[in-house]
Amino acid sequence: MKILVALKQVPDTETRIKVAADGKSLDPADVKWITSPYDEYALEEAIRIKEGKGAEVVALSVGGDTAKEVLKNALALGADTAVLLKGDGQGDAFAVAQMIATYAKDKGFDLILCGNKGLGGDNAAMGPMLAELLGVAQANVVVKLELGEGTFKAEREVEGGSEIVEGALPAVITAQKGLNEPRYASLKGIMAAKKKTIEELDAAAVTSGAHVSALTLPPERPAGRLLPGDAAGQAQALLQALKDEAKVF
Amino acid sequence: MILVFCELKDGQIRKPSAEALSEGRRLADASGKKVGALFAGASCAGAAEAAKFGADVILTAEAPTLASYSSDAFATLLAEAVKAKGASVLLAAATAVGKDVIPRAAARLGAGYASDVTGLSMVDGKLQAVRPVYAGKAFATTTFSSAVQTATTRPNVFPAAEKAGAGTVEALAAPAGDFKSVVKEILAKAGGKVDLSEANVIVSGGRGMKDGANFKILEELADAIGGVVGASRAAVDAGWGLPHSMQVGQTGKVVSPTLYIACGISGAIQHIAGMSGSKFIVAINKDPEAPIFKLANYGIVGDLFEVVPELTKAAKAMGIGSN
Repeated sequence: MKILVALKQVPDTETRIKVAADGKSLDPADVKWITSPYDEYALEEAIRIKEGKGAEVVALSVGGDTAKEVLKNALALGADTAVLLKGDGQGDAFAVAQMIATYAKDKGFDLILCGNKGLGGDNAAMGPMLAELLGVAQANVVVKLELGEGTFKAEREVEGGSEIVEGALPAVITAQKGLNEPRYASLKGIMAAKKKTIEELDAAAVTSGAHVSALTLPPERPAGRLLPGDAAGQAQALLQALKDEAKVF
Repeated sequence: MILVFCELKDGQIRKPSAEALSEGRRLADASGKKVGALFAGASCAGAAEAAKFGADVILTAEAPTLASYSSDAFATLLAEAVKAKGASVLLAAATAVGKDVIPRAAARLGAGYASDVTGLSMVDGKLQAVRPVYAGKAFATTTFSSAVQTATTRPNVFPAAEKAGAGTVEALAAPAGDFKSVVKEILAKAGGKVDLSEANVIVSGGRGMKDGANFKILEELADAIGGVVGASRAAVDAGWGLPHSMQVGQTGKVVSPTLYIACGISGAIQHIAGMSGSKFIVAINKDPEAPIFKLANYGIVGDLFEVVPELTKAAKAMGIGSN
């Protein structure tokens, strides 16, 4: 079994967002880059499959030199090989899906795993677009995955519960929190990863579908007010304000 | 044409779909286009209701093979309908199905996609979208370069406005062939309450709740005012037995209710990212320095174990939530 794990480098959740001088991109100063947490679940799942039934795990990221950190970490955690597609991995999901599809087609991957969305961009689009471009099955926002002989059974989160999706491999499965508990890299893994090289390829030229033309910060919320009194008085004052001022009720 | 994929539940249009359809109508009026509402399933009974929300045409694909959702079959259906009708815009609500099928259909059409948008407009005949990024810490204006433009609309943001449309019904053929994946079973969560992403009122608890069992007082308040209960990541990760589906925040659900009551939640960036789109925010916390108060329209500095039961009592006395 051959598994591709697509990993995206994203700004850490604690990053204070500043808009760059061009007015449409993130100011990269002070940004701490991490592997998108949902992609960590995808990688962990691939490594568990490798440990269980055996598999070759290829880690892939689209980006520049900084994205190598994501791949080094993936190698330390147990990926067999790593590929960097040199291109813009932060932009349009459709463009990134085409880059990965161009790389992945004809390579015989049985399973492609990635996060259900890249933290920050929150498009939740690359996975299903990749599945379509490769002409394979998909299951998104997956919290449980079972593989059969050429088939998969996935539990995915939906409103008010979950649903079971069954389909044929190859497939693109996008991971959600709850799928597993990602491990930390061991010292042995980190040392072994240092000996591995990251294959670097130029990403295919693609047509973009959409682009960000402006990035703005949200308006400040108006100052609120504190409600005085004891608990009963505060409760009464709050409900009255929600009813009369906010007209919530 | 602006084509809007709509979902039915128990023979009625789901509220997020009605919101997407209304927004489609508004965009069509602004650009002189027609609106088509597209339904698929074993039965599309109830689809006629789309006329109330401005559909000029109601397209229905009814077939036993469409009884269960299939990503690839539905994407094929949507993409074929866009081509057959010459639609330039494809919309759906950002529901579990909408977020699954629209990007796949977009890739089939070579179309750009903007997900979970909170604002749409037509600029020079093309769709333009505004969507929160970095979980609401910034807003990105998305401009399309493709001939067809696609987007999903965030629930609870666009009004579901009634506006009569002609509602001419047309049948569509179901996609043929083997489907690559199919939903086999739906596992409903106990209680069957409205999902957080669609809830109008949310009562949320954080680390200050001290234990999962204490969420009972939030349930009681939520029941009294017609809301649902959420939790911060700190609470979900505390090992209190709270499911991840309850989590509001950057790595949980991003919500935009009318009223969000944060109980014992300090207001970590992670959490704020998931709920700052709420219309009214109430913070109840012992610590007057908690960052959540900077965000709140109304703040109560106090012991939530005293304040929350008082709120439940007062809400019942005032008859709130009974309408």
